[in-house]
Amino acid sequence: MTLYLMCFFLFLVGVYGAITKRDLIKIILAIGIMGYSVNLFLVLIAYRSGALAPILKEGISVPMVDPIPQALVLTSIVIELGITALMAALAIRIYEKYDTLDITKIRRLKG
Amino acid sequence: MPVDVWLYFILSIMIIGSIACLEIKNILSSIITIGIVGLGLSIAFLFLGAPDLALVQFVFEILCMIILIRAFSKRSLKITALKRDIPETVIAIVILVSIFVLSIFAFKDLPSFGQPIVRVAEKYLTQAGVETGAQNIVTSVILNYRIYDTLGELTVLFTAILGALTVLRKIGRKKRNA
Repeated sequence: MTLYLMCFFLFLVGVYGAITKRDLIKIILAIGIMGYSVNLFLVLIAYRSGALAPILKEGISVPMVDPIPQALVLTSIVIELGITALMAALAIRIYEKYDTLDITKIRRLKG
Repeated sequence: MPVDVWLYFILSIMIIGSIACLEIKNILSSIITIGIVGLGLSIAFLFLGAPDLALVQFVFEILCMIILIRAFSKRSLKITALKRDIPETVIAIVILVSIFVLSIFAFKDLPSFGQPIVRVAEKYLTQAGVETGAQNIVTSVILNYRIYDTLGELTVLFTAILGALTVLRKIGRKKRNA
C-alpha cells in the first residue's frame, strides 16, 4: 500500500503545481506529472509478484502480468503526447498575443 | 533485491524530481528536470514487467522535452521573477494534505501490491496465443481484442495535432489582416 500512497503523493504534487503556479509552462509540466503518476498507478495495480512480462514462449508456463492495463496505458501515453503538443501550441499563441506567460496578467481573454 | 525496494527508490527520486521541477526558477532547467520523472517512470515500467511501456515512455519523454524546449527556450529568456501568493499556497497545501490523509482509508481497500484481481485477463493469457497468433499479449490486446480503443486513440491524437497546427498557422490570419 505504501507504493500506492507514494504514487498518489506524486499525483498531489502535480495538482499542487497546477493550482498554485502562475507560469503557464509550469502548469503544463504539472499536468504532465499528473499523467505520469496515473500511468504508474495503473501498472502498479496490474503487477503480480514473481510474474514475467506477458510474452509467450515455448514451454514456459509461469504466471504473467495483467496485460490489459499495459495496453490501455500505452494508449494513454500516446494521447498525452498529443495533449502536451496542443497545450504548448496554445501557450505559444497566448505569448504572441499578450507578450507574457503569467496567467494573472492575461486578463482580456475575450480577445 | 526484490522489486519493492527498487520501486521505493525510483518513486522517491521521481517525487524529489517533480518537486524540483515545479520549484526551479529557470524554465529551461525546469523542463530538463521533468526528464527525471519521465525516465524514472520508464525504469519503473521495466521493473514492473512492461518492456513495451518502458520503450514507449522513453520515446515519449524525449519527444516531450524536444517539443517543450523548442517551444519555450527562446520565448522565456527574460525570467520573470514570479512572486507567489503566500496565503493561496498555504491553503492549497492544507487541502492537499487533508486529501492525502483521507485517501489512506481508500487505498486500504485495494488489493495489496503483488496480488491483483485478474479476471478478464485470464482468458487472454491462456487463449491469446491460439486465437490471435501474436506472441506478445499486449500486442494482441491492442491490435485484436481492443482494436476500437486504438482507433479512438488515433482519432484523439489526430485531432490534437490538427488543433495544434490550426492554432499555430499564420497564413489565414495574415490574409484577413491585409
